[in-house]
Amino acid sequence: MTESIISLAGVTKAFGAFRAVDDVSLDIARGEFFSLLGPSGCGKTTLLRMIAGFEVPTEGSILIDGVSMETVPPHLRPTNMVFQSYAIFPHLDVARNVAFGLRKERLSRDETRARVGEALEMVKLSGYESRRSDELSGGQRQRVALARALIKRPKVLLLDEPLGALDRKLREEMQLELRTLQRSVGITFVFVTHDQEEALTMSDRVAVMSAGHTAQVATPRDLYERPVSVEVADFIGKMNFLPCRLLESNGDRVTVDAAGLGRVAAVAPRPLPAGADLVVAIRPEKLTLHTTEPEASARVTCRMQNTAYLGDRSHYFVDIDGAGRPLAVSAQNADAAVARELAAGSGLWLSWAEDALLVLPATS
Amino acid sequence: MTSAAGTVEAPPTSAWRRLLMRSEALRGYLLLSPTLLVMLGIMVIPMIGMLVLSFWTQLAGTTFDSTFTLKNYADAFTREMYRILFVRSLGISLVTTLATVLLAYPMAYFVAFHVKRHKMMWIILMTLPFWTSYLLRVFAWKIILGYNGAVNSGLMSLGVIAEPLNFLLYNPTAVVITLTHAWAAFAILPIYVSLEKIDRSLVEAATDLGDGPVMRFIRVVLPLSMPGVIAATVLIFIPTVGDYVTPSLVGGTDGYMISNAIQFQFARGNNWPLGAALALSSMVIVTAIVVVYVLLVRRLTARIG
Amino acid sequence: MAERTVRTGNRPLALYAALYLGFLYVPVLFLPLFSFNDSIYISFPLKGFTLEWYRSMAGNEPLLRALMNSIKVALATATISTVLGIFAARAVTRYRMPGSRPLVAAIMLPLVVPEIILGTALLIVIMQAGGTLSLLTVTLGHVLLCVPFSMAVLMSRFEGFDRSMEEASADLGENAWWTFWRVTLPMAMPGIVASFLLCFTISFDEFIMAFFLGSTDPTLPVFMWNQLRFPQRLPGVLALGSCILVVSFFVIALAEWLRRGSSSSTSGAQ
Repeated sequence: MTESIISLAGVTKAFGAFRAVDDVSLDIARGEFFSLLGPSGCGKTTLLRMIAGFEVPTEGSILIDGVSMETVPPHLRPTNMVFQSYAIFPHLDVARNVAFGLRKERLSRDETRARVGEALEMVKLSGYESRRSDELSGGQRQRVALARALIKRPKVLLLDEPLGALDRKLREEMQLELRTLQRSVGITFVFVTHDQEEALTMSDRVAVMSAGHTAQVATPRDLYERPVSVEVADFIGKMNFLPCRLLESNGDRVTVDAAGLGRVAAVAPRPLPAGADLVVAIRPEKLTLHTTEPEASARVTCRMQNTAYLGDRSHYFVDIDGAGRPLAVSAQNADAAVARELAAGSGLWLSWAEDALLVLPATS
Repeated sequence: MTSAAGTVEAPPTSAWRRLLMRSEALRGYLLLSPTLLVMLGIMVIPMIGMLVLSFWTQLAGTTFDSTFTLKNYADAFTREMYRILFVRSLGISLVTTLATVLLAYPMAYFVAFHVKRHKMMWIILMTLPFWTSYLLRVFAWKIILGYNGAVNSGLMSLGVIAEPLNFLLYNPTAVVITLTHAWAAFAILPIYVSLEKIDRSLVEAATDLGDGPVMRFIRVVLPLSMPGVIAATVLIFIPTVGDYVTPSLVGGTDGYMISNAIQFQFARGNNWPLGAALALSSMVIVTAIVVVYVLLVRRLTARIG
Repeated sequence: MAERTVRTGNRPLALYAALYLGFLYVPVLFLPLFSFNDSIYISFPLKGFTLEWYRSMAGNEPLLRALMNSIKVALATATISTVLGIFAARAVTRYRMPGSRPLVAAIMLPLVVPEIILGTALLIVIMQAGGTLSLLTVTLGHVLLCVPFSMAVLMSRFEGFDRSMEEASADLGENAWWTFWRVTLPMAMPGIVASFLLCFTISFDEFIMAFFLGSTDPTLPVFMWNQLRFPQRLPGVLALGSCILVVSFFVIALAEWLRRGSSSSTSGAQ
């Protein structure tokens, strides 16, 4: 049963003339791990806070489980939030922090203790009940914040860049843990982050946001393979762009004249606006370098301009006549001999799969 | 309240509730209102009341004739005595402000630049005398400067003088000395804070570019500490003009200030409207001076920097 | 690296600092000095040590009554001012309020307006309204003076407050009232206590308002002022004053210690 647990329709938040969130409509499915991804200032945190109830939308509606949240204040919403600063109450120990939201349920002391123990076990902090907040590390505080939110069994858990303050290794560990936790508990997670790797790793679906609106909402795979705009394509991973002209189109299969590549076949993820400037886009790892002319139909000659050795793989920057700028090619260093040959220089060929080449409008 | 299984109960909604939810500013103002109302009642309304009273005339006892008149202000500005008092009060305040700031500046500078550790202790040390009764601090000077007081008896018992000096007390100088002592903290703190904020690398840069200690002070430290100095001068000048306790205890008739005249009208003189007019006039004069002063200083510091 | 080493210009400055501190402290220290002096006259040479003046305070009925009055007024003032300060400081630091800055400046006005003007204005309004002077009117005057201080202390306390603490509390199901009780108040407690102590001390030592707005039932400072007319009572006043000095020192030191000591517990982030 997947119906949307959160429905946003035309949600806008304006501060005077500035629109922090501009006409956003989204549906988040029950049990989904959904991320809001974007650079600072794109409106993702504001959107999250509107779902939680800390900001009131200027326009639009927010429905949680079918119920309009227009008149529901934050303390009555079926959501719980993990704050960026964790907001662990300094005057209470861990057990009291975690049990904070249980006051209204009027549980007995034993019941409370059992629930707290359960919650701490879920976040791997069993035994930390009597610690105080200044005795905890950042990672531990984050877990306490999680336990405190999850103990209330909300319908939706909102997370505001919870991993931002952790160091790299800890962050990667927590990403995995959060994902596992979400799967086992089955609660819908709405996760805000500016780190695209993080979003792609953990999420079922991601909404890429920019300047207050959603640029694309899709699964991580679709975002990566089929970005719908230059903005999204450039934000997620690395992308090569070359200007091109539309020659023929047949549904989503098109033929274009691309600078340097000539007449080539490509895929248009979205219908192309008439008369717009276009670019072809292709990921560096989807380009293959050859020392001799390859069999593939999609191929072109090139010259090596620069290489960057990264250990497990190398980045090659090649020049193509007529392209105007170098293309980045990424290849695994599986065979050291081949890598050396490629680094040598000229007489090289580039090939790619036809459906790896995308055509996008040049501007959003 | 939500239960794990069920639906959300929304609270009963009224237009008022909705407005509160939408407007953060409204919630803020609501929370601010008790304090605001109280301050309105005990500060704003009384000031307005004083303004209104200053246009009335005192009749016998405690009744007033409420026909509008400017006589009180005319008295305040034309009578010789009040003019002298205004000028004297302003003069005493001016000299006090100057003296206090000049004396306090090196102290603040010392703690800001030459004390490396335990700065907090120094700050407490400097301000501790001031968190005590103002009355007692003024009275202490009365003891010190009096005819039979500490200075005189001390000098006499040391044989330095044969007869007690009687020019120490009951004159404007005594008032200035006492006020300079009593208000020192209001100079030390703002100046210190201002000096402390100065980015040390600016001073080092000046040294690096060839300035000696004196030039460094004049060209870098002094201008950057001006906000603190200005704050100090304003914080001292305004209240000292209206000071009552000090001139009463150590001023004598020569050191009588405008506040004594005001108090007199509210007590034995029984001319409240005149007292009100005097009070408001002094406030207006002081405010005007301060405004002009602040504008001037802003211009000057812009030039130096 | 001239800044790091002791400069030759340092010595005169250090000497000046010592002299200046002497200038600040000596007059204040004269009070206890002569309060132990076995003589009615406040002059050198010192006659001998005595505790007589302190002992005479114990049986002095009017003095004890004045002391009680001061304590009553100070307690009431501290409570009212602190409560008003909490409301105002919280409102201003928590909510985005256009026009809040001029309002805050207005509330802080008593800090720069001479007390005599505030006192006489209040006197006028009270008398016109047909009221009588009493400890209550003195309390009003004191509240006027203390609210700016209370607000300043609490604003600085609340400014370091992590806003998400209260949001977290709301998020976990508590409405505004419960959030205040369970989170805001406990976290602000050191500031609240500091404000209370500060206002208490200011009110306890305050003279002008008590003088203008009081009745024949005086507070302690007014009592002392009345005593100054009688030379033989002088050392007694000094003894009284010295006691007040000592108590004030401790109270203020306590307030400072509280205000700074728990400044680390306002923020929850690492």
